[in-house]
Amino acid sequence: MAQESGTRTLISQAQLSRGRGRIIYWTLLVVVVTGFTLVFLGPLYWMVTGALKSGQEIAQTPPTLFPKDPQPQNYIDAWNNLELAKLLFNTFYYAIGAVLFQLVFDAAAAYSLSKLRPIFGNVILALMLGTLMIPAMVLIVPQYVTVIDLPIAHINLLDSPFAIWLPLVANAFNIFLLKRFFDSIPEELMAAALVDGATPLRTLWSIILPMSRPILGVVAILAMTAVWKDFLWPKLVMPSPQTRTVSVGIYSFAGGTPMNVVIAASVIAAIPTVIVFLIFQRNIMSGLTTGSLKG
Amino acid sequence: MAITTVPPTSRTAGRPPSPYPARPQRTSLGRKVRDNLTGHAFLIGAVLCFVVFSWYPMVRGIVMSFQRTRRGETTWVGWDNYSRILADPSFWPAWQNTLYFTVLALVVGYAVPFFVAILLNEFRHAKGYLRILVYLPVMLPPASALYLFKFYAYDPSDAGLFNAILKALHLPTSQWMQSPDMTMPAMVIASTWMNMGGAVLIYLASLQSIPGELYEAAELDGAGIWRRIRHVTIPQTRLILALLAMIQIVATMQLFIEPLILANGAGAEDSATTVAYLIYQHGFFQNDLNGAAAVGVIMLVVLAGFSAVYLRLSAKQD
Repeated sequence: MAQESGTRTLISQAQLSRGRGRIIYWTLLVVVVTGFTLVFLGPLYWMVTGALKSGQEIAQTPPTLFPKDPQPQNYIDAWNNLELAKLLFNTFYYAIGAVLFQLVFDAAAAYSLSKLRPIFGNVILALMLGTLMIPAMVLIVPQYVTVIDLPIAHINLLDSPFAIWLPLVANAFNIFLLKRFFDSIPEELMAAALVDGATPLRTLWSIILPMSRPILGVVAILAMTAVWKDFLWPKLVMPSPQTRTVSVGIYSFAGGTPMNVVIAASVIAAIPTVIVFLIFQRNIMSGLTTGSLKG
Repeated sequence: MAITTVPPTSRTAGRPPSPYPARPQRTSLGRKVRDNLTGHAFLIGAVLCFVVFSWYPMVRGIVMSFQRTRRGETTWVGWDNYSRILADPSFWPAWQNTLYFTVLALVVGYAVPFFVAILLNEFRHAKGYLRILVYLPVMLPPASALYLFKFYAYDPSDAGLFNAILKALHLPTSQWMQSPDMTMPAMVIASTWMNMGGAVLIYLASLQSIPGELYEAAELDGAGIWRRIRHVTIPQTRLILALLAMIQIVATMQLFIEPLILANGAGAEDSATTVAYLIYQHGFFQNDLNGAAAVGVIMLVVLAGFSAVYLRLSAKQD
């Protein structure tokens, strides 16, 4: 991140760059950088290397810092015994679908609420935002009952990817983020498009969406990581071993699998989200803070 | 793509051309209806998903809590589900644990990120790196992170990471998840490590919006660092602080995956049972979906109570 020089914070720049202040500043900086590295990267190191240790080495006191006799076999066992390839594919498939469904339906809804403003739009928006106050755990039972027997249609969505995709569309936070972004697009552009005879769909597709790439990216990343991290809902609606997500798969194998293999599987399961984070960290962080700050 | 372009003339079709073109055109009723229909057509996908997976389940949860379904037959049973739930020996421990966790999480998981954010905001170097570090655990699948804690950190023997560190510092070691007293603090540590990144980033953003002149003025008036935090930083970020406290309470009420993985559910002597776990257990183990719905309604009522208190307090402050 660029240095925000010029903005005054709790302690003035002058105090930090002179004499005693300077010494304290640098000592504190070194302490915090080392401390944070140990606290936040340390456990990850422990996880990756721990999964390389043999069963005896893991039980050894005091624990070893480096694996004495690395056992990559643990990772291979995890990959083969837990069928991680299939679990990862399932999770990836659900994540991509969730991104598409959320982008299409939530962007369309936000566009309507922001620019087309149909009658009762505000009531609908208020009802949507109201769901943010209701904890997911309260809804889990009635949602589950609804998914195993959809009202009117009477379809059972268990083991169908739609059981993950459709409930995620009902995400008020996404609609709020998108609507706020669309609100900032000048009304004149809409008027100009109308004069040129563009339909609302055309305006959305050719004017609004191209201008909204950053926020669409944020929504896509949030949707993807939400699916990757979710546990209870996929555990309930994807009960058969063929359709499980990776977290649920590891959980179901954890009981009868050696500890090191479970950890190796956990490392592999975490790799995709960590990579996505390292690539898109800037977008993720800005998306998180824009949504909460100015509101 | 089928885009039907409406010719601009259709708006005035069927009406005699106005001799006064300068006069503002009044929109016809037909056009209004059509515009509204278009607007709702864009909304329909999301609204249907909200209806089916959010609004309807909300109502249905309340209805279910007064019904009982046995062998496909649903009957109204009044408050039976509630009395059965209240008689469950795990009910009160679950609430005690959840509230205990909420308090601990407010002390640890709420104050720590705030001070971390204040600290990070003062640094002119390594800011990006520190920010990435704090947020990294948030991106891990919770199951992965919790197995790490369960097997490596909270290993009750001296081979565990935490016990090895405690031993190296000549402090007493702990049984962690095996000891009923340590269960909740251990869960708070794991959960704070996993989740604090989000709060830190939100605080950082709000700290950056504090006008620098306020600090300058306070400094001129002779206020030291602590007094500047107390009289400038905290009042200026009050809204975000209050909002995050509320979000945190809602989040900690739903504590589920931590007890499930770290404590295999209930833990030693029910020390890990939470209200969320109770819902799961009733609904999906004891095949008592109605009882689980009743626990959900009770949780909702408790949270509504919290929100009412919160709104009263924040209204009083203004």
